[in-house]
Amino acid sequence: MISFLLDGTEHRLEQLDPNTTVLDYLRENLGLTGTKEGCASGDCGACTVVVTYPQGDALSYLAINACITLLATLDGCQLLTVESLARDGQLHRVQQAMVDCHASQCGFCTPGFVMSMFAYRKSNRHFNAHAIETALGGNLCRCTGYRPIVDAAVKMYEPDASDSFSKGTLATLRALEGLRAEPSTPSCAADGRNFLAPSSASALADALAANPGARLIAGGTDLALEITQQLKQFSTLISTARAPELQKVEQSADTLSIGAAVTYEDCAEILCTHWPDLDELLRRLGAQQIRNRGTLGGNIGNASPIGDFPPVLIALDARVELQSKTGRRQVAMADFFTGYRQTALGAGEFIRTIHIPLPHSDDWFQVYKVSKRLEDDISAVCGAFRLRYRAGTVEDVGIAYGGMAAVPQRATQTEAALRGRPLSQAAITDAMNALDRDFTPIEDFRASADYRQRVARNLLQRLLLVHQQGDGRQLRVSQYRAGSPHA
Amino acid sequence: MRKLPDTRPAHSLISGRAGSATRHESAHKHVSGDALYVDDIPEPAGMLYGYVGLSSIAHATLKQMNLDAVRTAPGVMDVVTAKDLPALTDIGPVFPGDHLLAEGKVNFHGQVLFAVAATSQDAARRAARLADVKYEAQQADLTLESALAQEHFVRPTHTQRRGDADTAIATAPNRLSGHFKIGGQEQMYLEGQIALSIPGEDGSMLVHSSTQHPAETQKLVAEVLGLPMSLVTVTVRRMGGAFGGKETNANQWACLSALLARRTGRPVKLRLARADDMTTTGKRHPFHSDYEVGFDDEGRILGLNLKLSGNCGHSPDLSDAIVDRAMFHADNCYFLPAARIIGNRVKTHTASNTAFRGFGGPQGMLAIEQIIENIAQATGQDALDIRQRNFYGPDGRNVTHYGQTIEQHIIAPLVARLTKTSEYRQRREAVRAFNSENAILKRGLALTPVKFGISFTVQHLNQAGALLHVYTDGSIQLNHGGTEMGQGLYTKVAQVVASEFGVDLSSITCTATRTDKVPNTSPTAASSGSDLNGMAARDAARKIRQRLTEFAAEKFAVPAESIQFANDHVSLGAQRITFAELVQQAYLGRISLSATGYYRTPKIHYDRANASGRPFFYYAYGAACSEVLIDTLTGENRVLRVDICQDVGQSLNPVLDIGQIEGGFIQGMGWLTTEELVWNEQGRLLTNNPASYKIPTIGDTPPVFNVELMPDSPNTEATIFHSKAVGEPPLMLGISVWAALRDAVASIGEHRTAPLLDAPATPERILAACDQVRAARGERQ
Ligand SMILES: Cc1cc2nc3c(=O)[nH]c(=O)nc-3n(C[C@H](O)[C@H](O)[C@H](O)COP(=O)(O)OP(=O)(O)OC[C@H]3O[C@@H](n4cnc5c(N)ncnc54)[C@H](O)[C@@H]3O)c2cc1C
Ligand code: FES
Ligand code: FES
Repeated sequence: MISFLLDGTEHRLEQLDPNTTVLDYLRENLGLTGTKEGCASGDCGACTVVVTYPQGDALSYLAINACITLLATLDGCQLLTVESLARDGQLHRVQQAMVDCHASQCGFCTPGFVMSMFAYRKSNRHFNAHAIETALGGNLCRCTGYRPIVDAAVKMYEPDASDSFSKGTLATLRALEGLRAEPSTPSCAADGRNFLAPSSASALADALAANPGARLIAGGTDLALEITQQLKQFSTLISTARAPELQKVEQSADTLSIGAAVTYEDCAEILCTHWPDLDELLRRLGAQQIRNRGTLGGNIGNASPIGDFPPVLIALDARVELQSKTGRRQVAMADFFTGYRQTALGAGEFIRTIHIPLPHSDDWFQVYKVSKRLEDDISAVCGAFRLRYRAGTVEDVGIAYGGMAAVPQRATQTEAALRGRPLSQAAITDAMNALDRDFTPIEDFRASADYRQRVARNLLQRLLLVHQQGDGRQLRVSQYRAGSPHA
Repeated sequence: MRKLPDTRPAHSLISGRAGSATRHESAHKHVSGDALYVDDIPEPAGMLYGYVGLSSIAHATLKQMNLDAVRTAPGVMDVVTAKDLPALTDIGPVFPGDHLLAEGKVNFHGQVLFAVAATSQDAARRAARLADVKYEAQQADLTLESALAQEHFVRPTHTQRRGDADTAIATAPNRLSGHFKIGGQEQMYLEGQIALSIPGEDGSMLVHSSTQHPAETQKLVAEVLGLPMSLVTVTVRRMGGAFGGKETNANQWACLSALLARRTGRPVKLRLARADDMTTTGKRHPFHSDYEVGFDDEGRILGLNLKLSGNCGHSPDLSDAIVDRAMFHADNCYFLPAARIIGNRVKTHTASNTAFRGFGGPQGMLAIEQIIENIAQATGQDALDIRQRNFYGPDGRNVTHYGQTIEQHIIAPLVARLTKTSEYRQRREAVRAFNSENAILKRGLALTPVKFGISFTVQHLNQAGALLHVYTDGSIQLNHGGTEMGQGLYTKVAQVVASEFGVDLSSITCTATRTDKVPNTSPTAASSGSDLNGMAARDAARKIRQRLTEFAAEKFAVPAESIQFANDHVSLGAQRITFAELVQQAYLGRISLSATGYYRTPKIHYDRANASGRPFFYYAYGAACSEVLIDTLTGENRVLRVDICQDVGQSLNPVLDIGQIEGGFIQGMGWLTTEELVWNEQGRLLTNNPASYKIPTIGDTPPVFNVELMPDSPNTEATIFHSKAVGEPPLMLGISVWAALRDAVASIGEHRTAPLLDAPATPERILAACDQVRAARGERQ
């Protein structure tokens, strides 16, 4: 059984095709048409809805894309749609602000913006222009040019976030506890297609062994596209979300260990504490809705040549811990990708944890994502650079690129050109030349192979400049934006 | 008759007059999810879902189409191919060439081969993928270059001439020539193409369609079904965006859903998934510009030869008028003493390109702006100075290359004003200083003008109708031929009517555009929506007001001239009664309270054979100043600040106008920066979804974004409340971003080398231009 709350009403589904998206369920089964479909691929935000779940004695509010969220994965959550907001004929203040600021024209994107803004408001995040852009970057509007939407986000924000939902928090928490207390392995099936959410890592291993044809699903932000775009119907989906081992973030003296099912949203803070330069990457990886669902395990498991975290993890010398019924093993991130969309994962094996060595005091880490559009775009090139700079020389170095080969790949010859040398123009020039030997870039609609090669080289040049100038952020156009000191 | 409760205090000030900053009539419904789009209409019982099968090849003979697997797929109720069409098979809106379903030949990748109806959207989509199609591939023309070289055209080439351009160029002190490529653009309306057809009595059909042109949709549905138009009703309450992409491109889905509905006897909804929508529908035309220009030492243009070649795709659709409009705008704001503008309509085996906000105008304008920029580098002067020096002026410098005289000289004062308010000159210095201190990041600045001709260049389209009912409680129902796609047309026209009757806007209900209320209408396009429909609605309102006035004059024995409609009341000499009271009295006095309204634009004429006349009733002007920052290592960029001044005449609604300006600007910026259409070598569109095709996001909105409406600038023509059209013109303000990016690149070579920066200026193109300028600098040194 899968159970969730829609507003205050319990929905319990035993017979549910696991391939059913939240959007189709809302629009087709429930006739709730306020939530719109603009793309069915997670790219436009028109379908944005909010899920809440207990976090201590409060509720967490997360904006998600209904079009690529599978309904079965909402087990134990509350679902809120644009229809949920107005109470007693009164628009919610987010809605009223959108009206007052003339922030809708055709109105088709509007329910999605309202929901993203609502989640932002309820999440008690920082409030500034940059934060607004981060919260709303996954919602496209073709009509307004966004300026009035920014106005609405400013207008709706008040220090006191209380609203009709605040009053209902206790009741919702109690109802969700009730749902969550029930038998612990959510599952559903229809037409011979099943969904399972095992409640421990070993149960997950068992389930994978018992269902050889099954696919793993974490946030589903990649996997659901196969359903909505390629019209695949998975016969068995096994969720990684319920196994506590895969949800853990742990830190030892020298290692940060992140469970494969931890979302970007939930590991961003600790990652940025150790590697501050990840802040920009994490803001530009997908959009808020994607980061609320997408996981590190999914990013790696997806094995895309243009995934953003693999180059980072390779450069940081991370290891992935794999588990199956026969046990656990660790593989260096750099060895995990064995060919185009091929990995070291054996049959019945899943990614359990990502172990990242913590930085030394002399370590310096930079990551540059280059894409056509700054927000919510896939990288043409993503370069990650880890340098241990001691006594004027590069003592240790890890460099990896995405978008430069069939797999995210370590730049071994480039690294060699820098290792043991001072970080000088001569060394960088050698490294740039070595880079040409390291890679044969891919070519697609995002960028030509030439451009990728050129940019990958230039990122090394930027690395040197940043090194020389201290505050490297001034060297990035992405830092010149609303609310930033440079703008 | 029942006494009416008076719901408003007698002397309250009413809201929503023409000119007031009234919110969009549906705003509260947009935010609550209550606004219904076609896909949200409660589904009628027994409804089926239509879908289409698309070709997987760009140019071929259809050898065999085996649809057995489609027919037997779960849930499938009907399958149609070209053979099954009962009547009209070609839905080309002006010229033939757009087959409803492919007949023996495939002309582009993604062409509709057949349609299917099934019991669910999912079943229909799945079934449509099961066709087994055998093609005999033919040589496909996929690029503008190759098709142009072979002179493959969908329509004959057209030329506009003024003076002797060749001699003017030959004798000019300076000459430049060049080639420049301009990319297309996907409309990316957030609501995709959709239609819902419901069969009725006598073979009639009611079609809910997301269309900008209900009358044409109606005509084509009727012709495809073999029905008189009177049996087909097309209705549209609102669209989730259109931007030209639903002017002709909505018709096919309406026709196919109606056909399937007719055949199955059940309602059929046909909605395209995004990737199919983007693959099969037309876009903004990519253009090539080939030019030769002669100019004096101060950069004044003396002669121009310009060849504009638009990639029309496989069929004419609206391309004749679109390329014409590109040619009409090849002067932008600049006087061309001698010019020859040639417009080619190039045929390629790609989806048939169609209307998109600006309708060719933006491409023509960008072509001349690129020439101006080159002249700036050639003469070593600031591009703004070159622009100002070339503006149209009084006497001798006021006639366009198509013979229309420029009567209102707005652009010079407007640009002068913006130069001041944007602090262009001071910032030019600041940009220079920044660039001299920064090796990697470079700033760029540009101020570009826009002059956009208002009227359909196809003359008969410049007409409109309205239907107005006043009910006995004083409430008013308004209907007109214009469609609501977010631009706020319903709001503006309602404001016009509210002003005529002196009533509060809340008295007026806007109803869905329907072909059975106002017939034979024009598309809501060419920025003409409020100009045309506002006038038609005013005509209807004035008819009723006239009847009410005559009735009241007699009944209350006051002179007709003294009767005033204001604040929900009517003043009758010493007496003052509510509007509703007068309406009731008039009803009892057997006065008709319903009227149609009509309008046709005066003054316009154009002789295409001689390429001369007055195609435009008036021009709308504007200018934008953009400042950008580029990274010369990667081509990444940001727009830092934008200042705009737009001439909207006397605004009908300043907040809606500003919304059009901001939205248009960002859309134009997207066209010229991140929005890149890429096809593979087989002619398949690779950027066919928002994951691969990147329109601007909220982070792309400039952190400083100042928009001003040109003050004290009423339209000198007798337009509705002396306003000006605002739908399309602001899109071209986005050219300032392209020019500023180019300026930033040029700064690498101290503005002495003209960067080769085709549009869109993606990071990749910017980096290539940086490298080109760096190389030229290297050679000089
Ligand atoms: C709009 C949009 C924008 C995006 N932008 C970016 C971006 O900027 N950068 C980027 O890198 N990615 C981006 N993505 C891709 C995607 O969001 C990320 O790759 C994300 O990390 C996937 O995580 P997930 O939990 O959603 O994976 P899922 O979709 O659940 O799974 C992805 C794949 O990994 C497998 N998998 C999941 N968990 C495991 C496990 N524990 N062990 C083994 N295999 C597993 C699944 O079977 C599946 O094949 C974007 C996606 C969308 C829709
Ligand atoms: S419909 Fe576009 S993100 Fe979901
Ligand atoms: S208002 Fe039309 S897409 Fe945003």
